[in-house]
Amino acid sequence: MAGNPMTQFNVHRIGPEIKVGAFDISFTNASLFMIISSVAILLIFNLGSKKNSLLPNKIQLLAELSYTFVSKMISDTAGSKAKPYFAFIFSLFMFVLFCNMFGMIPYAFTVTSHIIVTFVLAAFIFIGVTVIGFIKHGFGYLKLFVPSGVPAVLLPLIVVIEIISYLSRPISLSVRLFANMMAGHTMMKVFGGFVISLGIIGGWLPLSFSVALTGLEILVAFLQAYVFAILTCIYLNDALNLHH
Amino acid sequence: MIKKIYFQSIFFSFLFFMEAFSAESGGMPQLNPEFWVSQIFWLTLTFGILYIALSKLILPKISNNLESRKSKILENIEAAEKQREDSETKLKEYEEIISKSKLEAKTIFNQAREKTLKDINAKKEVLDKQIDEEISKAEQEIKYLRDGAPDKINKIAIETSSELIQKLIGTEVNNSSISAIVDDLSRRNGDKYYGN
Repeated sequence: MAGNPMTQFNVHRIGPEIKVGAFDISFTNASLFMIISSVAILLIFNLGSKKNSLLPNKIQLLAELSYTFVSKMISDTAGSKAKPYFAFIFSLFMFVLFCNMFGMIPYAFTVTSHIIVTFVLAAFIFIGVTVIGFIKHGFGYLKLFVPSGVPAVLLPLIVVIEIISYLSRPISLSVRLFANMMAGHTMMKVFGGFVISLGIIGGWLPLSFSVALTGLEILVAFLQAYVFAILTCIYLNDALNLHH
Repeated sequence: MIKKIYFQSIFFSFLFFMEAFSAESGGMPQLNPEFWVSQIFWLTLTFGILYIALSKLILPKISNNLESRKSKILENIEAAEKQREDSETKLKEYEEIISKSKLEAKTIFNQAREKTLKDINAKKEVLDKQIDEEISKAEQEIKYLRDGAPDKINKIAIETSSELIQKLIGTEVNNSSISAIVDDLSRRNGDKYYGN
């Protein structure tokens, strides 16, 4: 097998080492792809919102369709109260989507295949949603852990389970995205390695697998971004409309 | 289906990781904390800038565009509706005018027809009267002539027979005797001669 499939996830410094106190905040390939994704998003949506023609051109249509897609997703899952958080969920969805998609380019680095990145996003969402919940409902937000219509005997058990499931949200959210991206990219790398090692005679089968996997991975890249955004909406819905 | 494939793929890829870990040192680069702080810093920076730029600059513009398009389309629809109503009222007016003028034309036509019919009838009556008068006159003449015809024929018969006798015999015959014979004949055979 040619090469270690995990080397594609290596982070390496680009340029000099930057240190702030004891922390190393050097510019790396991960930072590069974060910036590329953000710039691509800003470029596309800036172009798509510049002109306001009655009959939109392609890039305007793209921007407006994305806008209505995300706004519909939010209103469907979290209702009209979630409108102030539209910009955050929109940027979250676009950021994850673009990072995933840029990762599909050969030799590119996949930002979202790193647990620390997805975990920071998920932890931010978790803390934010919890803070919103407590601001909106005060200590009544704790009613989230006490589902209605449960027999009193089962209640202690249910409350424990609810608390555990609530606390595991950031972990499940971050690990889902990270594991999906890492597994897909690793698998593609492995099949690519098979193509090389099996040569011109036996390499066609893994090659065809690789082609199919590329399609699947593009689907997954979109799907995981969508799942990440929609789960954020669902958590937000719990915080905004407390009816468990 | 996709989910199933996916779980399988994750499972198999973990098998590969095991192999990779045992073969090489380092393992998953994701778990190497060397660049964690850097990643957190750059993620916060880029995502923060992205969020601020999108929420303050770009998304309001897009929502504005969508709103203005919606209102423009609504306005256009309203204007179209108004124009449609206008055209409908105009069409109604036009139809009213048409029906009115049709009615007028009909009454005019009927009046003219009645007038001409009256004229025709009056003239016809006059003509009929004239014709009747002439017919009665002619009938009277015919009657007069017919009534006079047997006397004249008798006279002619008497004269011609007297002359014929004179020429044949050479003597003058008394007209009264001849007339008596003719009268007798005509009385007997009058029906045969005159068809009465």
